[in-house]
Amino acid sequence: MTDQTTEAPAAKPIPVTVLTGYLGAGKTTLLNRILSESHGKKYAVIVNEFGEIGIDNDLIVESDEEIYEMNNGCVCCTVRGDLIRVVEGLMRRPGRFDGIIVETTGLADPVPVAQTFFMDDDVRAKTELDAVIALVDAKHLPLRLKDSREAEDQIAFADVVVVNKTDLVTPEELAVIEEIVRAINPTARIHKTTRSGVDLARVLDQGAFNLERALENDPHFLEHGHEDHVCGPDCDHDHGHHHHDHHHDHDHTCGPDCGHDHGHDHGHHHHSPGAVAAIHDITVKSISLRGGEMNPDRFFPWIQKITQTEGPNILRLKGIIAFAGDEERYVVQGVHMIVEGDHQRPWKDGEKRESRLVFIGRNLDFAKIEQSFLACQATAKTPA
Amino acid sequence: MPTVAPLDLEGHVVSTHFLGDIPFFATAAGTIHRLDGGEKVTEAHQGLLTCIRDPFSATLISGGEDGKVLRIGHDGTTTVLAEVPRKWISVVAGGPQNAVAYAVGKSSIVRQNDGSVKEFTEERSVEGIAFAGKGLRIAAARYNGVSLHWVGTNAPAADLDWKGAHTGVTFSPDGRFLVTTMQENALHGWKLDGKAGENRHMRMTGYPAKVKSLSWSVKGKWLASSGAPAAIVWPFSSKDGPMGKAPMELGTRANIMVTQVAFHPAEEVLAIGFIDGMILGVRIADEKEALLRRPGKGAITGMSWSASGKLLAFSSEAGDCGVIDISA
Repeated sequence: MTDQTTEAPAAKPIPVTVLTGYLGAGKTTLLNRILSESHGKKYAVIVNEFGEIGIDNDLIVESDEEIYEMNNGCVCCTVRGDLIRVVEGLMRRPGRFDGIIVETTGLADPVPVAQTFFMDDDVRAKTELDAVIALVDAKHLPLRLKDSREAEDQIAFADVVVVNKTDLVTPEELAVIEEIVRAINPTARIHKTTRSGVDLARVLDQGAFNLERALENDPHFLEHGHEDHVCGPDCDHDHGHHHHDHHHDHDHTCGPDCGHDHGHDHGHHHHSPGAVAAIHDITVKSISLRGGEMNPDRFFPWIQKITQTEGPNILRLKGIIAFAGDEERYVVQGVHMIVEGDHQRPWKDGEKRESRLVFIGRNLDFAKIEQSFLACQATAKTPA
Repeated sequence: MPTVAPLDLEGHVVSTHFLGDIPFFATAAGTIHRLDGGEKVTEAHQGLLTCIRDPFSATLISGGEDGKVLRIGHDGTTTVLAEVPRKWISVVAGGPQNAVAYAVGKSSIVRQNDGSVKEFTEERSVEGIAFAGKGLRIAAARYNGVSLHWVGTNAPAADLDWKGAHTGVTFSPDGRFLVTTMQENALHGWKLDGKAGENRHMRMTGYPAKVKSLSWSVKGKWLASSGAPAAIVWPFSSKDGPMGKAPMELGTRANIMVTQVAFHPAEEVLAIGFIDGMILGVRIADEKEALLRRPGKGAITGMSWSASGKLLAFSSEAGDCGVIDISA
């Protein structure tokens, strides 16, 4: 028994990993690996159906997906009612496991699952959303994207995208798949693998959903062309979880398959589909905004308003904000209409005090968002 | 000051109930502990999710992670009433003539004394079940309302609709009202004896947290609830229930939430359990408060009065349980 299991249950929130992916993407294979390989950790798994999980484990819970709209007039404020109940039951005996994995059905919208961990006070008090993982079948992704919006949503919403079954496609086809994933979600970490053979340390205990932890683990997150960073099986990119090492970014070694772009680039990117559009219509787009120091009296009403009015169209938003006269970095993240923000750490000497914000969503007027974002800068003139 | 006889158990204790003058404590791990001339233990479930006192008999009914529904007698004997492999049973209810009901996914299943079983299917998951006081009738709480089913007939359900997720349900003791707890911080009530066309809805809102504990006073004059830093007590004595009336707030503490409420079996006295383990007794008539237990290690998860009303058992999420003797 480790020290952690004897700690008071309320001491540390239990990490929750959400596993999404279309039918046949390899979720069951990955789950079986998580449950059978020796990695020294125990996981409680919430599944829709036992299906092909051939492992007898009393911590596998079958649960009927039950989506509840909150009665507040907001159509995107949805939670998974069944998860609230199962998590409450699991958390009464937290010593049994180190983390919870929620497997969603192939057609599931990942948003209600994620929002459950923000909107339900009891769940929120005891657990912490660690990462949303999307498994993608490299062979069938173009087809999936043609016939379902869910496949696109799953990628757009993910913190980590595992491109699976890469042995079934040519290197050229794989490059296109990566480009598609990047076009849909510029901030996700991408791992390529076969037979769901991704290193479990790249999937579990990522601290990826919580932007503060994501930034601690990967200081380059949201920075310098992260959108080009694709970690292949040979990439030694250390995401630094657990063994938090202040120097780890200096030890960063990328393997031959790693396209990590170390160059710095400035300005904003519209991640428009470009060549990818020739294959299918991507409806999710993203924008990376960059600005100077912000005036909090303008920024907060602005982010409030934009998430209220555009909430249903915003899948994810993540950002680091520099406020004029504020010695600490402010991180902000959101899902639909839910926005959270907090100070992360003091700005370091020599660190450029700038604000960066990424929106991933549908039908967003990027020109208007950028214009209004820049108008929140401390140096911007008060709008006439 | 009343005397407290402590009972320290391992881990989270889900609930406590008296059968006669014997207090029972149900742990999340699945053991049932009773104080009957010393502590006695029954291994009931591999993981216990719910344990209630059958309002119609002197037994307990429990459901667990092992998919079992058990009836537990005053001597600790257990009878398996149902077993649903691989499903968690977290909703059970006791009815007249030894009937029990439990929820599995979208179904309410009623098992009668002769072992016959009847299933009622809803469009959405069943989150709570209650038997009406008279006749063999169940109310199933679900998304967007409650379905009422007569167990003995095949008549279609009577639907009580109200938008939102209903997570628990209770009939008033006189059967005139039905109240649900909701996923949002509110209760919803229906007047069941209203005339056709009459507004039968009762919205009870304003809670800062979800309501997880409800208790009717003797004869059903009051309905006490948790979910606020005071017990919120709604008046149900008039024919329209609490409509247009403000509730009483009893045992108010600055920002310490009430987690459990339990009315005395004979007097209009309410036991109020808090998230820090403290328990207050409050008399409705003059709102006079008495400290029954100082704060403990964890939130109060259950309270139950003995039949005589002299003893109050309490359970806690940290395992520090006990029995309070208020006659001392």
